Amino acid sequence: MSFDNAYGSLVDQEDAHWAFGTGFAEPLPGVDRAVPSTVDRDDLFAYCLMLGDDALVLAQRLAEWCSRAPELEEDVALANIALDLLGQARLLLTRAGEVEGAGRDEDALAYLRDEREFRNVHLAEIECGPRAGGDFATTMARLLVFSSWKVAQYGRLRAFADPVVAAVAAKGLKELAYHRDHAAQWVVRLGDGTPESHERMRAGVRRVWPYLDELFTGHAVELRLGVDPAPLRSEVDGVLAEVFRAAGLTRPEPVPAARVAGRAGRDGVHTEAMGYLLAELQHVHRSLPGATW
Amino acid sequence: MTALEVASRVPDPELPVLTLADLGVLRDVVEADGRVLVTITPTYSGCPAIEEMGADLRRSLRAAGYADVEVRLSLTPAWTTDWISEEGRRKLAAAGIAPPARLGPRAAGPVPLNLVPPARRVACPRCGSTRTTELSRFGSTACKALRRCADCAEPFEHVKEI
Repeated sequence: MSFDNAYGSLVDQEDAHWAFGTGFAEPLPGVDRAVPSTVDRDDLFAYCLMLGDDALVLAQRLAEWCSRAPELEEDVALANIALDLLGQARLLLTRAGEVEGAGRDEDALAYLRDEREFRNVHLAEIECGPRAGGDFATTMARLLVFSSWKVAQYGRLRAFADPVVAAVAAKGLKELAYHRDHAAQWVVRLGDGTPESHERMRAGVRRVWPYLDELFTGHAVELRLGVDPAPLRSEVDGVLAEVFRAAGLTRPEPVPAARVAGRAGRDGVHTEAMGYLLAELQHVHRSLPGATW
Repeated sequence: MTALEVASRVPDPELPVLTLADLGVLRDVVEADGRVLVTITPTYSGCPAIEEMGADLRRSLRAAGYADVEVRLSLTPAWTTDWISEEGRRKLAAAGIAPPARLGPRAAGPVPLNLVPPARRVACPRCGSTRTTELSRFGSTACKALRRCADCAEPFEHVKEI
């Protein structure tokens, strides 16, 4: 490769040389994808969607901060965290498509499903900033709660019956633990900071708190697969208590967000924010099917 | 050269001072019946360089005369910076990037929370001082953080432990 000409290295190369992330290849080449006989195929498909959608939707939310964060380092941090989650989402949605066996790949599942087909929890989708009504402190409160829950969930999924999900969890766990530390350090810094930062951190925690209950409410699919999230609660409560103690914050009163006839994100019933989020996430792919850059 | 030797010389696209073998990403190279099967493992789930790594391996092996090359991905066990070789650590430091500390075996059970950044004594790759502080927990790539040396005042990158 010659560097005499700045453009020299760009010609006569495979597409991937133009920029990282162009023309994505299928992300699990050669990974053993047999579905274990002990796992129900429909349930595993639904569960992969739940996990994949949690990661995809929060990645989208975090990416909205790019160029809007209070400092440059935080722009980089939030984009990196979003990238980790997007990587997990790609693997999980690819697995979902494989298990379903109807020929849908990660793009079909991310871009061509409607709101009612998404299975993420509400915490991932709600508006926490940078748009009006949100705040950086609220985003950190959400990230703390989300990543503390995911660390507990992935920790247990390392022993899950499906080897692909177990591998994604084992790898993702290390990433999520770093995200959790990052959020926790910000919650302490803001909560234990000035009266202004403390008040905004307190408001952020109050904003996300109603969405906590859903994280520990098992769906029938989860119960059948033996991955009821209810027992994760004590680990998550312990982490949050430790952070709040250091931050000088108190746990808000538990007032769970309303469900629609007992249904929420895992049933495809979403908050008003979800439609807007999907419009932004999906519109290029739907307007220009198959477009790559 | 054997396929293993060719694959072992392919540089990492983001840290070109290291080979994929130094980084611990190259897991296995099997040559059988004129066919080469290479197994690599991603560093971070979202690392965008993983496809570039596969493309570089295929290109280098083809150029060395191996026409039939397949690159496979292995997710388990998950990559850890402990797999960066001693040689890789020396190359990183020589390039001005502080290598990661060795983590050793991880304890089972819940992952402990770090409310304050762990006080790892990361040596400045320029002057060797351990009076360094973290500037940013995330750097130019997913695998690096940014630090500064209090003695020589230079900022430098640090491959963070995972």
